[in-house]
Amino acid sequence: MLSRTAAPSKAAKTIASRVTSSSIQQQRTFATVNEGDATPKRTYGGLKDQDRIFQNLYGRYPPDLKHAKKMGDWHKTKEILLKGHDWIISEIKASGLRGRGGAGFPSGLKWSFMNFKDWDKDDKPRYLVVNADEGEPGTCKDREIMRKDPHKLVEGCLVAGRAMNATAAYIYIRGEFIHEAAVLQNAINEAYADGLIGKNACGSGYDFDVYLHRGGGAYVCGEETSLIESLEGKPGKPRLKPPFPAAVGLFGCPSTVANVETVAVAPTICRRGGSWFAGFGRERNSGTKLYSISGHVNNPCTVEEEMSIPLRELIDKHCGGVRGGWDNLKAVIPGGSSTPILPKHVCDDQLMDFDALKDSQSGFGTAAVIVMDKSTDVVRAISRLSHFYRHESCGQCTPCREGSKWTEQIMQRFERGQGREREIDMLQELTKQVEGHTICALGEAFAWPIQGLIRHFRPELEARMQKFAQENGGAALAGGWEHDSREKGRLTSPGM
Amino acid sequence: MASKIAPLLMRTAVVRSGCRASSSRVVQNRAFSVAAARQSDVLMVHRNTPDNNPNLPFKFTPENEAIITEILKRYPPQYKKAAVMPILDLGQRQHGFTSISVMNEVARILEMPPMRVYEVASFYTMYNRTPVGKFHVQACTTTPCQLGGCGSDAIVKAIKENLGIKQGETTADGLFTFIEVECLGACVNAPMVQINDEYYEDLTPETTKSLLDALKASVGDASKAPKPGVQGGGRDTCENSKGITCLTSEPWGVETTRADL
Repeated sequence: MLSRTAAPSKAAKTIASRVTSSSIQQQRTFATVNEGDATPKRTYGGLKDQDRIFQNLYGRYPPDLKHAKKMGDWHKTKEILLKGHDWIISEIKASGLRGRGGAGFPSGLKWSFMNFKDWDKDDKPRYLVVNADEGEPGTCKDREIMRKDPHKLVEGCLVAGRAMNATAAYIYIRGEFIHEAAVLQNAINEAYADGLIGKNACGSGYDFDVYLHRGGGAYVCGEETSLIESLEGKPGKPRLKPPFPAAVGLFGCPSTVANVETVAVAPTICRRGGSWFAGFGRERNSGTKLYSISGHVNNPCTVEEEMSIPLRELIDKHCGGVRGGWDNLKAVIPGGSSTPILPKHVCDDQLMDFDALKDSQSGFGTAAVIVMDKSTDVVRAISRLSHFYRHESCGQCTPCREGSKWTEQIMQRFERGQGREREIDMLQELTKQVEGHTICALGEAFAWPIQGLIRHFRPELEARMQKFAQENGGAALAGGWEHDSREKGRLTSPGM
Repeated sequence: MASKIAPLLMRTAVVRSGCRASSSRVVQNRAFSVAAARQSDVLMVHRNTPDNNPNLPFKFTPENEAIITEILKRYPPQYKKAAVMPILDLGQRQHGFTSISVMNEVARILEMPPMRVYEVASFYTMYNRTPVGKFHVQACTTTPCQLGGCGSDAIVKAIKENLGIKQGETTADGLFTFIEVECLGACVNAPMVQINDEYYEDLTPETTKSLLDALKASVGDASKAPKPGVQGGGRDTCENSKGITCLTSEPWGVETTRADL
């Protein structure tokens, strides 16, 4: 077994020394002091301004090319492009950047899938598709990038596009972001006029186009294959994978879908070096991240912080704390609506990164923290999310289309306490039946919040049912029927 | 099999009489042959109306024709239909809503079967297939807006009281249509509404009221139109409203670039 406290090599040494020293009692000398806790315990958070990538997050300067160049954008982009795709991908791999759209797949690896064997013998166009269809409730980070730092995104398209040898980038922006689309289009036009993209981009001899495409208000189009379908002018219904988009994607050509934030940080990583970016956050969760904190905090805000920052520090430092103090906290949804809810006792010492939140049976998602204080009706909050997912289910595959509606109906009853305690288990089972049986991740997305609610707030659900029983002269029958339905001759199903 | 053997009329007659027989004994919540009325969502199918039927002509204006040519250049020539979403949007902006004539015209321009355009127009929520008022008030009511600020419940109540309409309705003067929508992606600035193309954020019931009043006043006098974005109170965009907690020092520039580049 590998030791949790020591590195593998060190652990092997420890074991070896233990084997040899079993006969003689070893004395602890000064030399062995370093073996245990050599490195001081590192704390995360407290990112300094000189390490923040999105310097215009609060709109200090207008989002134009002149100010972007002043803040270091488009500096030596030509040299980066001339280093070639292997260099860019190795920098991204060294930086440990993981996709910022929710799933957290290592970006360098994902981009390298585009350069498969004999890719250069194929004369088909190749596309980078940027996912700016930000629709996850709680998430509002990409919007800030697009309306204040659009040149980071445009330059990112070029650098990421070069890494995967793409010929063009399509930015799929959600339809409601009309102002953001206008700012971004303006940035694209500026970059074209300055010769930064287009034919012979930045003078590197590499041709690259960037196009903007506005969506039509469908959450499901944030899923990569569904986004491709939508971009092709069809209803946004996800495709089955495989074939993966890197093989058959947009317009039948190799393509890769990446989140805005992932693409926008790429040029800065290349300029300042992968090791700089890897220096933040815990191992395998490195980098900086835009957190958007909404809900019951005193001053909700979007902020760029280090990965692995403790949740409490994030809220206290940047948002003026939870309304009514930390002890007034009830629960937190840590990564956008589709990640399971966490109760206060878990939040007390929760680190904000992919692995730590996975260990707490939740997820990092898009780092959209939704805070709920003690006044929150947590069942209603989750029930509202069930309504959201029912509304946004594309209706293509049955578990999601039917399941999202059933769970919404059940949750609406549970809001009032109108149900049986064993129906909570039925609901849990129902969500388990959906999970993993749908084409895209929307199935999991509506199942997980409910599972989180049942895991942590089951007593609340049960108390509500007991209250309903007291007020209405008896517990509701399963399915929400009144307790005396059968006496009244109504058609309830048997065994209720 | 019953559907093939029994004529439609007979079956409905049996069901109806059965229903009536049972309903005379006890009042059931609803018969299982009748779907619950759904107030919130628009009708999925097209029904001909005097202002929305295939016989009404629709043509893009010459300016919009030029924009269409521009849009088509963004997509590969053999994939003209990829332009269906931007062109439908353009049609909606010209006509006021996406009528069946708009869809047919888009299908003609893009050389695609009309049904494929109908599929797109009915899938995406931003295409209004029925007429809407001059101001399309879309209040976000998803969880972050429900929790944040004063909560979207108060905003929805204020809008309803102010306009005197329920969700999905248009005021008698045709100025306002109000609907509740799903997350609009401005959760840090909750609660918020989108009116036509603009976001109005950090609302309270009072600012909601003044916002609607200002919009009403802007019909006659465009200078009275309200400023989009954050409505009052402490901040311009997404920063901490009690003063920013970071990004206070001078921005860094090119000096951080690695030496070997």
